[in-house]
Amino acid sequence: MLSQILYALPFLAEGFAVTLWVSLLVVVLSLIAGVLLGVGLVYGPAPLRWAVRIFSDTIRGIPILVLMFFVYYGLPAVGLHLQSFWAAVLALTLFKTAQVVEYVRGAVASIPKGQSEAAMAIGLTFRQRLSSVIFPQAFRRFLPPWINGVTDAVKGSALISLLGITDLMQAINQVIGRTYEAMPLYILGALIYFAVNYALSYASRRLERRFAFIWD
Amino acid sequence: MGYTLNFNLIWRHFDKLWGGLLLSLELAVISIAIGIVIGLVLAVWYVSAGRVVRTIIAGYVEFIRNVPLILLVYLVFYGVPTVIDLAYSAPTSFVVTLSVYSGAYLVEVFRSGLEAVPRGQLDAGKAIGLTPWQRLIHVRLPTMLRITLPALSNTFISLFKDTSIASVISVPELTYGAQWINFNTFRIVEVYLVTTAMYLVTGYALLFALRLVERRFRAAR
Repeated sequence: MLSQILYALPFLAEGFAVTLWVSLLVVVLSLIAGVLLGVGLVYGPAPLRWAVRIFSDTIRGIPILVLMFFVYYGLPAVGLHLQSFWAAVLALTLFKTAQVVEYVRGAVASIPKGQSEAAMAIGLTFRQRLSSVIFPQAFRRFLPPWINGVTDAVKGSALISLLGITDLMQAINQVIGRTYEAMPLYILGALIYFAVNYALSYASRRLERRFAFIWD
Repeated sequence: MGYTLNFNLIWRHFDKLWGGLLLSLELAVISIAIGIVIGLVLAVWYVSAGRVVRTIIAGYVEFIRNVPLILLVYLVFYGVPTVIDLAYSAPTSFVVTLSVYSGAYLVEVFRSGLEAVPRGQLDAGKAIGLTPWQRLIHVRLPTMLRITLPALSNTFISLFKDTSIASVISVPELTYGAQWINFNTFRIVEVYLVTTAMYLVTGYALLFALRLVERRFRAAR
């Protein structure tokens, strides 16, 4: 049993690399899209605010698996052909973006109104208020939940195994298909996911403590 | 482009989706009920226990929260029966998994709620001569439930959505029904539009109902 698992390790490592690569892509892309849309949600004109609100509430209201199947099977039906890898990344990114939008909204909303009013009182323009008063403070509120949410991206990436992409989850299933050692391999897989995500959530807790404001 | 929407085939097989939705709700309700029991017992135990018990409970919570649900579903359905001599159906297996999974999330919710119960209330309970057990039942738990209601609602909704993972072990819930229609009729866009709408309507109806409950029992400030 042990020798079979040792033999499979390089294969599992390849799958793990795919898991990390997908997670990284999703995290970076959703950060960019989510911050842009989140700022649009807080400060944008009404039509943009409604559009972002509808996008976020719809995406967060359906299971990520349904969203993934919709994107994966639906896009080719309307004539858009993406590789399954990129369809998966697109679906996971859409989901994560909706989360990031809410982190941004929450972070900005948590800054007391007095900060903005004080900035106005000393004559800062709208842009200056955002860049030197609101955003630096909101950033500290945004970072801990966002890092914690990165674990969701890593966990969510396990679903791409259902699209036939050989990530860690799929690699484990394939090794089990050959060796029939289901329990040890699932436990090994669980430990690998745990190690990555625990490190991330630990970092998030540390940051939260460090970034706490005096008024907390 | 050039895709024409045609919902006829969806309506013909709508029983797959409707029956699936009912099963999704059933799976969610049973798992959440068991999860609440696990969560309550472990949270109450945690706040009064010594270091060893605390470490074990925290280990359970951290492990479950940091592993993908789909892996846990596979582990319970395909892994566990290879080690112990037990036979169970896919729905049972999923309910067990989701119960243990929701239990871990609910321990956290209840534990932070218990710690947020004002000290003065417990002292007041002691002052009027309530036993520790009475203080738990009449003072701590009711106040804790009021405090945790908003967090509970969010956890419930997210667990309802998590039932979609049951489709990977062929439990015929809503996502499975959608997949079935997808593969058998190829009305791909239509079936996922309808499925999305069903998840959204159910999810927001649940949320609305839970918000009403929250308003009714809001903690006095």
